[in-house]
Amino acid sequence: MSLKDFFKGLFGKESKEPRICKKCNEEIKYSDLKANHIICPNCNAYMRMNAFERLEAICDDETFSPIDEELTSKNILNFPEYDEKLEKAKKATGLNEAVVCGTCNIEGKKTAIFVMDSAFMMASMGSVVGEKLTRLFEKATAEKLPVVGFVTSGGARMQEGIISLMQMAKVSGAVKRHSDSGLLYIPVLTDPTTGGITASFGMLGDIIIAEPNALIGFAGARVIEQTTGEKLPKGFQRAEFLLEHGFIDAIVERKDLKDTLSNLLAIHTIA
Amino acid sequence: MSNLTAYEKVAAARGNKRPMGGYFIKNMIDNFVELHGDRRYGDDGAIIAGVGFLNGEAVTVIGMERGDTIEERIKRHFGCPTPEGYRKALRLMKNAEKFNRPIICFIGSSGAYCGIDAEERGQGEAIAENLYKMMGIKAPIISVIVGEGGSGGALALGVGNRVCMLENSVYSVISPEGCATILWKDATKASDAADVLKLTAQDLKEFDVIEKIIDEKDLTSEEICSNLKNYISEEIITLKKMSKQELLDQRYNKFRKIGR
Ligand SMILES: [Zn+2]
Repeated sequence: MSLKDFFKGLFGKESKEPRICKKCNEEIKYSDLKANHIICPNCNAYMRMNAFERLEAICDDETFSPIDEELTSKNILNFPEYDEKLEKAKKATGLNEAVVCGTCNIEGKKTAIFVMDSAFMMASMGSVVGEKLTRLFEKATAEKLPVVGFVTSGGARMQEGIISLMQMAKVSGAVKRHSDSGLLYIPVLTDPTTGGITASFGMLGDIIIAEPNALIGFAGARVIEQTTGEKLPKGFQRAEFLLEHGFIDAIVERKDLKDTLSNLLAIHTIA
Repeated sequence: MSNLTAYEKVAAARGNKRPMGGYFIKNMIDNFVELHGDRRYGDDGAIIAGVGFLNGEAVTVIGMERGDTIEERIKRHFGCPTPEGYRKALRLMKNAEKFNRPIICFIGSSGAYCGIDAEERGQGEAIAENLYKMMGIKAPIISVIVGEGGSGGALALGVGNRVCMLENSVYSVISPEGCATILWKDATKASDAADVLKLTAQDLKEFDVIEKIIDEKDLTSEEICSNLKNYISEEIITLKKMSKQELLDQRYNKFRKIGR
């Protein structure tokens, strides 16, 4: 299926509105952003990509095929304001949930892929996000496919309580079974990746890539500051900080991501 | 069964005198030998781990502990495990697997240790690694929530074939105070937040997240410990009858079906 057709069904239209860079506050024309990999041409800040933009940047044309796109969250705990939040997120993103899963080709190599979209409730993980990811890893295991995942998330979704927390174990189990089958998983950590996602599938890749300056951590920076009273070092919890401390394999610029992924997939192709 | 409110249970689970991992290890395990360190960087005081006998059965036990005195609490940083604690736990689980020993985990902590140093040494990675590796440990694992099961820091010892809770313990994705702050910008509404989070043992049993509730009402710590010991012993007998693959499949499927 063509990506455009898939997303037209979701968004109704491609979002071409100008966007404001959070770093320099400049309003940027969409065509300028698009030509620059959604990086601010004014201050070089990496702005957040939506699921459509990410898939379009990585998948070969006409190769993306969605999986479980119809799955949608229910308010299992009857949690206050959750229904409204879900409706708002669906409307804002055109997505049914915070992760889009499917298969695609990357430079001709068939891959299972997931993309999280932070515009959908900070891409927090509830039961549907956990279930979609688990099904994707199970399908990739059955079909002997590598998994490439674009990760961003505020963590487990509070509104689904303990069920959300358990998704961390559930997805990690599916990642393990995929890995035990000798298959490759590459998470690409993007801004921001925090809490329960860093403490589960975000950190469980064979090769872990991050985008420059992406915020990646477990505890929230403000919480750490308040709890310990210590001043946070410069660059704390940024991709470069994690690279320095040995927790990620590489920081890759957005313009080089597809080539790097393609190369890694080729190196890991099972003969 | 008691009729405490959810937030009263949170208070009970956090109670100053509430027995934690150290108590259950001391009173349940014979010939206990404590084993220290993660063989990477350090030894975490918030996790006590070692080997011993439970009703004559050799076991590995891992328990979160905050200490009784203020000095001890500082040493054990109030029961919040550091990455070294989770790595020590995993090291000893691998050791248990090698010697085919059942593993018992006691969980009671407000959450993983929060600090610059913990982030530098990969708190997220340490928890992730435990979730991942525990799914593959070829030995029976029984996890018991004895106090406050605080989010990912609790789950990091919670990937068991059996997960049970003491009646007045709680297990939650976020603290009621944190939830109230996000939801109503008011931490004093923690009691309401505790209700909506559905974090009591009874709630979790209903969601099929846990298998068993150990009664507490009108019982002394000794009696609770003895009942818990009997439950664990019986479950070990059942789990030991399973093949290694059956153990792994049962554990995987237990979590697989949550939120399906
Ligand atoms: Zn800018």
